[in-house]
Amino acid sequence: MESTLRAILPDAALLKMYEQMVLSREFEEACAEQYTKGHITGFLHLYSGQEAVAVGATTALHRDDYILSAYREHAQAIIRGAEPRRVMAELFGKATGICKGKGGSMHLFDPALSFMGGYAIVGGQLPIAAGVAFAAKFRREERIAACFFGDGAVNQGTFHEALNWARLWELPVLYVCENNFYGIGTEVHRASALADIHKRTCGYDIPSARVDGMDVLAVFEQVKWAAEWVREQSRPYLVEAMTYRFRGHSMADPGKYRSAAEVELWKARDPIPNFARRLLAEGIASEAELAAILEKARATVAEAVKYAEESPWPEDDEVWKDIYV
Amino acid sequence: MPEMTYRDALNLALKEEMRRDPSVVTWGEDVALYEGSFKVTRGLLAEFGEERVKDTPISENTIVGVAIGAAMGGLRPVAELMTVNFALLAMDQLVNHMAKISSMFGGQVHLPMVVRTPGGGGSQLAAQHSQSLETYFMHCPGIRVAVPATPADAKGLLKSAIRDNNPVVFLEHELLYNSKGEVPEDPEFLVPLGRAEVKRPGSDVTIVAYSRMTVLALQAAAELEKEQISCEVVDLRTLSPLDDATFIASVQKTGRAVVVEECWRTAGLGAEIAFRIHAGCFDTLRAPVQRVSGLDVPMPYSRKLERLCIPQVETIAAAVRELLSKKY
Repeated sequence: MESTLRAILPDAALLKMYEQMVLSREFEEACAEQYTKGHITGFLHLYSGQEAVAVGATTALHRDDYILSAYREHAQAIIRGAEPRRVMAELFGKATGICKGKGGSMHLFDPALSFMGGYAIVGGQLPIAAGVAFAAKFRREERIAACFFGDGAVNQGTFHEALNWARLWELPVLYVCENNFYGIGTEVHRASALADIHKRTCGYDIPSARVDGMDVLAVFEQVKWAAEWVREQSRPYLVEAMTYRFRGHSMADPGKYRSAAEVELWKARDPIPNFARRLLAEGIASEAELAAILEKARATVAEAVKYAEESPWPEDDEVWKDIYV
Repeated sequence: MPEMTYRDALNLALKEEMRRDPSVVTWGEDVALYEGSFKVTRGLLAEFGEERVKDTPISENTIVGVAIGAAMGGLRPVAELMTVNFALLAMDQLVNHMAKISSMFGGQVHLPMVVRTPGGGGSQLAAQHSQSLETYFMHCPGIRVAVPATPADAKGLLKSAIRDNNPVVFLEHELLYNSKGEVPEDPEFLVPLGRAEVKRPGSDVTIVAYSRMTVLALQAAAELEKEQISCEVVDLRTLSPLDDATFIASVQKTGRAVVVEECWRTAGLGAEIAFRIHAGCFDTLRAPVQRVSGLDVPMPYSRKLERLCIPQVETIAAAVRELLSKKY
């Protein structure tokens, strides 16, 4: 084993990371089931397989650092602290949802958690993240903005505009690219002239690093270092996390553009059982404790589904509200 | 009341609001050192410094996107897009993000931001620099749209837009920057968003206009007065929210209406206003509502051809005469 886990974080923090990954996976798999039942409709992009990125990165950030994400953002929201039942209610389109049922799967938002949204136009959140970072710097706040996006977003003009701008204005923004190798069904090397995404920042004088996005502690350590660098230097940084989504782009996508062998190869690297093995090997948790964590996550998710099912639909007059103040 | 130009009135509004509220910041292409390509931001860098008055790269979509984030983060940004034509590069942030954020996040955040941008035709700048895109913004829920015609309204509306907690697209007209008028000195002088104004009372016909078209409509009304035709001119001042009550009350009084729009005729805002007049004044209308519009063509460069494409005083006057001459 490369390094002992306890040298990185105390037991409680390690177990919390495990809990969050398990909760995220259970939540997403429950979403898939509820989608199949027709309780969740619209587009539903699941995060299963990528948990190490959200958990590792969020753990490395300060509590009041801003987080912005794209449309595959349930995990980012829940790990930041959004109540699973209110996220599930949002996916059901219920009045008790985190955005009153108006945003749905792709638009989770909670300013009390500094969780500044899921955005469904590829790359749209990159300039907005620069803007919240500007506001934080202008107001002499210590916080930074962490902006998650996929490998598809790096070919949008927003990537180039926002990176140029963030460096020019010296904005404390950490760009986290979750490279899961596919923009919907197009593999990264078929869309990017330079598929090594972290190398693309050299044109903007922005340092960057690549990290194994299937290893929660590797992500944690890399993002921790990068986030503190961003905070101290007040300059942007980019982390490219190499990861994989176990499901298709969305529930509408069977993912036939990937070979079964490729998917199996990545499933063998599933961040959750791998982390479990390490926790067991180092005596940080017992089998029974890990099983209890899984049971607790399942209970939380079951309660979330029940809450969403039993929650009321929004009133008709809600349709005119919240557009203007 | 001192007389000043539309440009200086806008400049004064920016200065007054930046003095009043330290969270007001402004940025755009060439707004700081160069003091704005139309000089609306003259003196701002000197007075407020480079933290609050910032030059940006030529990245229109990001000019708006960064303003959205800054507004979310607690500031009141006023972003300038050098001309409305370049706003098309920012339509993703304007329409997909700025207009939607408040609603799709369940009202948990609002964006107190202004996007200022000059537009309109008449300076022989040809097809890519002469557009009147007001209908595009008016069409989209979630955006307030201001279109001042006079220096006083320019100042009062911009101050209201900056203080408003909703995103506002503030459309200035390039040919009005040098126009002069009396402007109240009071730093608390505000023109509310969503309130049209009868700029000239009259009894025979209502001319509904906005921005530079209001100025032309007033000149047409002065011409027609010599022919004993009495025109009431309603200046919309904002397109969203649209003040139906003011123009409907006017048309109920006069019984006739001409809507003047600088934008393209097809699916232009004049159609919307004509419909609202028909719906609101059907029982008092004495003639169908007429429209005077920009021609449905990309703007030609040649002075002679360009003039044909934009409503002129004489085309407005002709439309009024025709409306009054027909027996219905």
